[in-house]
Amino acid sequence: MTAQPLKPSGKDLQFTQKKKARELKERVIEFILFLAAFSCVATTVAIMYLLISESVLFFQEVSLVEFLTSKDWSPLFDPPGYGILPLVSGTLTTTAVALSVALPMGLISAIYLSEFAAPSVREVVKPILELLAGIPTVVYGYFALLTVIPALQWLYLPIGPFLSNVLPNIFPTELAGFNMLGAGLVMGLMITPLISSISEDAMRSVPINLKEGSYATGATRLQTALKVVLPAAASGVIAAFILGVSRAVGETMIVAIAAGLQPTFTFNPLESAATITAFIVQVSLGDLPHGTLEYQTIFAAGLVLVFVTLAFNVIGYFLTKRFRETY
Amino acid sequence: MAQAEFSQSNSQSDYLQQIRASVARRELISRLFGLLGLLVISIATLILIALVAQLFVQGLPRLNWKFFTSFPSSDFNEAGILSAWVGSLLVMLTTMVIAVPLGVAAGIYLEEYAPKNWLAALIEINVTNLAGVPSIVYGLLALGLFSTVLNLGESILTAGLTLALLILPIVIVTTREALRAIPSSLREAAYALGASRWQMIWDHILPYSSGSILTGIIIGLSRAIGETAPLITIGALTFIAFLPPSPIQSQFPFISFEWLTAPFTVLPIQMFNWISRPQPEFQVNAAAAGVVLILLTLTLNAFAIYLRYRLRKGVKW
Repeated sequence: MTAQPLKPSGKDLQFTQKKKARELKERVIEFILFLAAFSCVATTVAIMYLLISESVLFFQEVSLVEFLTSKDWSPLFDPPGYGILPLVSGTLTTTAVALSVALPMGLISAIYLSEFAAPSVREVVKPILELLAGIPTVVYGYFALLTVIPALQWLYLPIGPFLSNVLPNIFPTELAGFNMLGAGLVMGLMITPLISSISEDAMRSVPINLKEGSYATGATRLQTALKVVLPAAASGVIAAFILGVSRAVGETMIVAIAAGLQPTFTFNPLESAATITAFIVQVSLGDLPHGTLEYQTIFAAGLVLVFVTLAFNVIGYFLTKRFRETY
Repeated sequence: MAQAEFSQSNSQSDYLQQIRASVARRELISRLFGLLGLLVISIATLILIALVAQLFVQGLPRLNWKFFTSFPSSDFNEAGILSAWVGSLLVMLTTMVIAVPLGVAAGIYLEEYAPKNWLAALIEINVTNLAGVPSIVYGLLALGLFSTVLNLGESILTAGLTLALLILPIVIVTTREALRAIPSSLREAAYALGASRWQMIWDHILPYSSGSILTGIIIGLSRAIGETAPLITIGALTFIAFLPPSPIQSQFPFISFEWLTAPFTVLPIQMFNWISRPQPEFQVNAAAAGVVLILLTLTLNAFAIYLRYRLRKGVKW
């Protein structure tokens, strides 16, 4: 009855060796996969390190106070001015114009697509919107400069003199060939499909029994959409808005082509002004020797850009958390 | 008594009428909103389609064989997009070779391996954040790191690396979604047969999810092909009248990687260059380049949408 101690036979030994080899292989593969995933963290660290280290060099030459408060941005002139405010005002103005188009249009079309449209309409419209959102931004820049702005100029021509008589500080007699209104409008059109598509996904994921409950109390489609679906999907809709804001703030080619490259401290969309991104493009188009102050300015501008997007994202994070509903 | 009954029924019918009126009013408002929604969508779509159509009308007459086989030139009639489309092709190739293995591997790690700890959470937060970083910031990264510190210069390799990092979040997120859609019973079945984790993933999960992963890769590439700003930042030239060295050589070893270090231009940069010129003739060239770009991205996106549609109709778990 005593159990024979198992003697490892040759076959068993081979098996354990094979198993060990297999385990080693598994470990190595897991480590390689981990490295790939970790490359994302490395990218973030590299971006932040570069932006900050070049900006530190920049701020050794330029005072932080001047950078944040001066309204003169002319780093390539003599004497140079290093106030970032004109670029920030340009960025905020084009973003505001874009959002004033994209938010209402995106939200209305999302409500329509998720609550009103027949499935067949949705099946057709959604892919078309996705395709249009995929058009390269440089093409949108072409639209803005060569189609939309001339059209705006034509529309403005009859009312311009009258408006500039009434409020000469705001309204010019003629619309400039580069302006933030045209660039912003096209940017808004570009972002609309994005906002609409993400908001619609959020609304469609609201449980059907909530909607049925609303209909059972006699609510119409619109009442259900506004009072039940929209609040329930609020966190997703806000996330879509924030994504739209980040896209507008970071959008480069449309504003570089159509909004003008002259830094001007103004919030008037009828004027032309440079944005942060447009400035970076403008400087990069020239020759850019490493280590010069010129080279460092675009990193400082990039750092401001990252902070502006980060600020919107943090606001969005807290808003989505505040409005999150779980079922 | 009879009078009281009468007044009660009267007030009841009054009440009913009120309700009916309210329902009718609310229905009307709702219908009107439906119309508004349809109107908004039609307007947005039609404006965009009209803009695209206008671009085609401007650009199509310029599209001929010579346009594709000529270098850029200061004479608008001689100018073409040869160096631009060859550059775009090579940059896309480099981007794909870097982004696909890296992104798919990262997606697999996050979905199948990652333990629930702070490190995995950190990586996940990073992926989400990177997707929101403006593309021009990637250009700054490339300028400061790849072309200066790593000394790769204004080369195709730098451009490919930059765009690969740019589309990495897209590839990772779609890979994860594709893997998540595979039911766990498949994983358990593979384990039950004695497969190791990697054998399970490589032999079973990846083949099943390859279609969805491909969709993500295509969407990423269509994004990369139209990306202009980061490439301008690294100093891609706008005027290039030569081709990079050919990847295929007539002598041994037949394949050369010299093109990786060559200066380049790409289609969107060429288009940007033509838009910024004051002469209207060059804007016709820009429109023609825009037509090529739109057709490229539309084809890629349409293929991805079709693929997703096919996959959704195909396997039901």
